[in-house]
Amino acid sequence: MTAPLLSVRQVEKTFGALRALGPVELDLRPGERLGLIGPNGSGKTTLINCIAGLLVPTAGAIVYAGEDVTRRPAHKRARMGIARSFQIPRPFTGMTVLENLFVPLDYLGRGAGDARARAEGVLRSMRLDGRRDAPVESLSQLELRKLELARALVTEPRLLIADEAMAGLADSEIDEILSLLLDLNRTGVAVIMIEHIMHAVMRFSERVICLETGRIIAEGTPQSIVEDPHVQRVYFGEQQNRP
Amino acid sequence: MMRTGTFATIAVLLGAAGFLLPQVVANPYYFYAGYVVLQYIVIATGWNILGGYAGYINFGTSAFFGAGVYTSAYLMQAFEAPLVVQIVAAALVGVALGVATGYLTLRIQGVYFSIATLALVVVLETVVHNTEALGGASGLTTIGPPPPAWFKGQTQYVFCVMLVLALLAVVIARWIETSWLGRGFRAIRASEPAAESCGVPTLRMKLIACAISGGIIAAAGAPYPSYAYHVEPVSAFGLLIALNALAMPLIGGTRSWMGPVIGAVLLGTIQQVATVTISSEYNILAVGLLLIAFVVAAPEGLLGLLSAVRGGVRWSAKPARKPA
Repeated sequence: MTAPLLSVRQVEKTFGALRALGPVELDLRPGERLGLIGPNGSGKTTLINCIAGLLVPTAGAIVYAGEDVTRRPAHKRARMGIARSFQIPRPFTGMTVLENLFVPLDYLGRGAGDARARAEGVLRSMRLDGRRDAPVESLSQLELRKLELARALVTEPRLLIADEAMAGLADSEIDEILSLLLDLNRTGVAVIMIEHIMHAVMRFSERVICLETGRIIAEGTPQSIVEDPHVQRVYFGEQQNRP
Repeated sequence: MMRTGTFATIAVLLGAAGFLLPQVVANPYYFYAGYVVLQYIVIATGWNILGGYAGYINFGTSAFFGAGVYTSAYLMQAFEAPLVVQIVAAALVGVALGVATGYLTLRIQGVYFSIATLALVVVLETVVHNTEALGGASGLTTIGPPPPAWFKGQTQYVFCVMLVLALLAVVIARWIETSWLGRGFRAIRASEPAAESCGVPTLRMKLIACAISGGIIAAAGAPYPSYAYHVEPVSAFGLLIALNALAMPLIGGTRSWMGPVIGAVLLGTIQQVATVTISSEYNILAVGLLLIAFVVAAPEGLLGLLSAVRGGVRWSAKPARKPA
């Protein structure tokens, strides 16, 4: 059996008296497509912030590629191949699209010597090459979402965490992002997709985990999750995008 | 962005012109006033590396400037150190102070960081007030050796020294702006979590910004004892230094090395003219009024305004949304 790329072991996160997460236990195989769903406030973003290194868990451990990274800062985890996009796009303002991709290339040492060629290649694959020299302030919502993914992709990650990468997009745009994520996954990159758009999660994921009040309440194939009465009660009951 | 060749040519020509100036301009007042404008170019450029590029607003510029002034004055008094040694030592003290301040305060963000830097001014001024070796409240008289004959006077000499410092500061700022360091700083300014996730070691980068910024501002203070012949804590740690350091980049524009230079030349010149034509007391009023006007009418400074007038959106504050 393949060793997991990522193991989240009894991870908990509290903010003062509030327990936002946990304990949570999950494994992710190399190249796996995992969907993470749950109502607002269920702990999805807290969990991925713990995985990406923006939050230090209160208890438990995070093991990535066989190394305990629980207390390792985010920039070191990025160097190990963990990339992420943000729920609300966070472009590096005051820079062009191409310069945004130079930031990870500068600091992660990827594509040394041909950084520009690598960045341009990624922009082509994301169909953003026409906007290469545009200031990021002029990008549309779809282009901002693509830029987030391009910035993650240029780091040559082994794990991509896509946090609501399709929020606010039209159906055709959702298809475009889904297609890009599937293309990326075919190259062997494991993807954790946090999403409220259920038809996208269903099409993309091999396995889905549902969180509620910081705990995993269901885990299984997309079909089994949809049919889970507990999930239906706590999550789909409030969903407009039922599959 | 100006081409490197053009930039280097202009820098060399400005430097050469400055060194020839004492041979053609007889009135030392122009050098006396010009020194202040150049000093503010150095201070504003140094401030902008942390405040403009990295987005960490430093209210404590006077602390770094005053540290440079007193390092220089002490070395002159105690060891008769030459001016170049005073400047290097002041810059090193500024770097050390920047690292120490950064280490203690950069884990806090936004207004809390700004308040902490303000406290630094009070701490250092109090220390100097109560240190006999630094002259206490009455200060130190600082008369150095006569300047080289070429410069025809002390004021002309320190003007040329400050010109070199201004050119150096601008060269450093321009290099940072176009390098990996500048991209890291700007990423931090835009979003620290996103920068971290792209591999930028944000805490280390902020310390580097603090150190470079502190070093440049302290170096700006080093020639002051040779310029004024007397230093005392109220002037060295004065409010006007901190206010100008903040106002000049905001007026010129914080995103480019040119912004602080434009702001310093504009505001510095207005202040010098106001000093001789109206009153030196109205300096702060002029700064305040201009600052309010720019914050309201051109929050991205003159360069941002120029970009907007040309139809560019490059420095607008928010990303555009796709039309519905």
